Amino acid sequence: MKIHEYQAKGLLKESGVPVPKGNHAFTVDEAVEVAKNLKTEIIVVKAQIHAGGRGKGGGVKLAHSFEEVKQHVSNILGMTLITHQTGPEGKVVRRLLIEEGIAIATELYAGIVLDRSKNQYVCMVSTEGGVEIEKVAAQSPEKIIKEWIDPGLGLTHFQARNLAYSLGLAGDQAKNASKTFLALWQAFEKSDCSLAEINPLVVTESGDVLALDAKMNFDDNALYRQPHINEMRDLSEELESEIEASKHKLNYIKLDGNVGCMVNGAGLAMATMDIIKLSGGEPANFLDVGGVASAETVARGFQIILSDPAVQSILINIFGGIVRCDRVAQGVIDALSQMDVEVPVVIRLEGTNAKEAANLLENADLDFIVATSLKDGAEKAVKAAIGVKS
Amino acid sequence: MSILVDGNTRVVVQGITGKEGSFHTSQMIEYNTNIVAGVTPGKGGQKFLNIPIFNTVKEAKKRTDANTSVIFVPPPFAADAIMEAAASGLRLVVCITEGVPASDMVKVKNFLNGTNTTLVGPNCPGVITPEKGKIGIMPGFIHSPGNIGVISRSGTLTYEAVDQLTKQGLGQSTCIGIGGDPVIGSNFVDLLSLFAHDDGTDGVVLIGEIGGTAEEEAAEWVVNNHFTKPIVAFIAGQTAPPGRRMGHAGAIIAGGKGTAEEKMKALKKAGITVVDSPSEIGTTMKDIIDKRNSD
Repeated sequence: MKIHEYQAKGLLKESGVPVPKGNHAFTVDEAVEVAKNLKTEIIVVKAQIHAGGRGKGGGVKLAHSFEEVKQHVSNILGMTLITHQTGPEGKVVRRLLIEEGIAIATELYAGIVLDRSKNQYVCMVSTEGGVEIEKVAAQSPEKIIKEWIDPGLGLTHFQARNLAYSLGLAGDQAKNASKTFLALWQAFEKSDCSLAEINPLVVTESGDVLALDAKMNFDDNALYRQPHINEMRDLSEELESEIEASKHKLNYIKLDGNVGCMVNGAGLAMATMDIIKLSGGEPANFLDVGGVASAETVARGFQIILSDPAVQSILINIFGGIVRCDRVAQGVIDALSQMDVEVPVVIRLEGTNAKEAANLLENADLDFIVATSLKDGAEKAVKAAIGVKS
Repeated sequence: MSILVDGNTRVVVQGITGKEGSFHTSQMIEYNTNIVAGVTPGKGGQKFLNIPIFNTVKEAKKRTDANTSVIFVPPPFAADAIMEAAASGLRLVVCITEGVPASDMVKVKNFLNGTNTTLVGPNCPGVITPEKGKIGIMPGFIHSPGNIGVISRSGTLTYEAVDQLTKQGLGQSTCIGIGGDPVIGSNFVDLLSLFAHDDGTDGVVLIGEIGGTAEEEAAEWVVNNHFTKPIVAFIAGQTAPPGRRMGHAGAIIAGGKGTAEEKMKALKKAGITVVDSPSEIGTTMKDIIDKRNSD
């Protein structure tokens, strides 16, 4: 799960990471009110969307007067912000962060992620702040300094000092930076983060160390024990079809193609997308219906897939293990006879009771195409989609 | 021959009385798996499906000589259940539970460092040695005994691959679903090294997916350790968009890393046969084995 910058800064501040003075706003009036309370000369207006690159996209502006704040806020609120992380459709700005302007001396980077090859969390810092850390990692990996975190001990003081001094900091700045890293780990651990980044972490002209931007992602598997994080979820950042799917315990991700697919199991769902592409089509979605493919699940699946107008055919690919194919077949038959599915449907069922399922499908007075293998299914679905087009 | 599961496997089911646990225990018994005990705290002394229940794994091991555990307990308690099984000295622990927090698994991995326990999972279908034992939730009937090992990060896609192998007349020595989470017990490398020493395994099917670097590590290991048995690999997620979790918690392209393309490249470079299409896993392995046999 993702949260906004202002929410991340709130969590970091609670754990002791210094952040600029500021507050969030949903309207122009709220924004001006926040700006007035800041009592500062330069005010920063920052669009809050779940994507990076906001400055380049025109979502971050400086203001020197309340009038200017008003102007920027009116422009940014409601705008569709397009950055390298939003995709070409962009994201509508509904929230803002209004903050004091900071006189920056140096921009650094600090972050914590899971190192999957070591099965440990790793705290990383770099002197190359303010740019994408992936670029630094690719171009000059030696500029990223790492300390792996012992799960029993957490980030230790000496590790935090190692990181601070490796950045070339000295005196109080080194002390403040090392305190910041310890606080970052505390915030990370306390709320079951999957990623926490301060980029840039700045040293101000007056020598303070401050988190100028912040990003925190959370482990979905741990949300059950993080109710206050769960409350920060901003549904307006997510696609309606994906929210609807998650309500019914279906795992749906919209893609840009024209061949919809409904599959049981995440790996098989990805493989089905891949074979659609290899057969000359483009997958319209990822949809894992999980272990129980009942009539209701199948019907929901159809509804969600068909909410995307680009879909021109649907491939149902079920490998029955514990779930029996004849039950799935009945589910498909029930769903199709109850609802209006205007695109061709290709069905491939394999595994437990596949023969009984084939009989059911054959005897049903419905218009669908039966496929005998994964490849056959993909090819038929791609062909059917082209048929619709012409 | 086989790895991990054989005729000496004696299984304790943790969470045997739960909905999932009881259903799959009866399925495992039906496959003639040697289930010797169940553990549900508070229900010790009772019997369930004619199997004795104990309050702790320690007691279950002492009384039944169990050497393997399969875990069906809910996510908040799964990490503790794994550590309990390891602390009790079981040699194999298979955790089926989906949804275990990553930070819990980081602690579990650290805990396992000092033990002789092999962990498979979590969030996996389990381990099966055809006709010897099924420790998990896979459909038993698609498997047949033979000489191909299968290691996979997926569930139903593993069944698809196994089904293709069986239809090509290629039986399996042991099939392991290692799980789709970012932090898991055994990885490709751990299991390839077991297959390397197993006389009953002539070839290995490796099914990876986007996210992490387990496939790249496997490729490197194969080269460094002169693994000579043929490997056929497929990587799911060639069409997956970056930054999105594709069902499995571990299946995500993050910061441009963990793409199917990179993984396929690394595997090919190591001399591994990589198939683009998931429908060609069985036929490709069949061709390789036939060619070997005729040489």
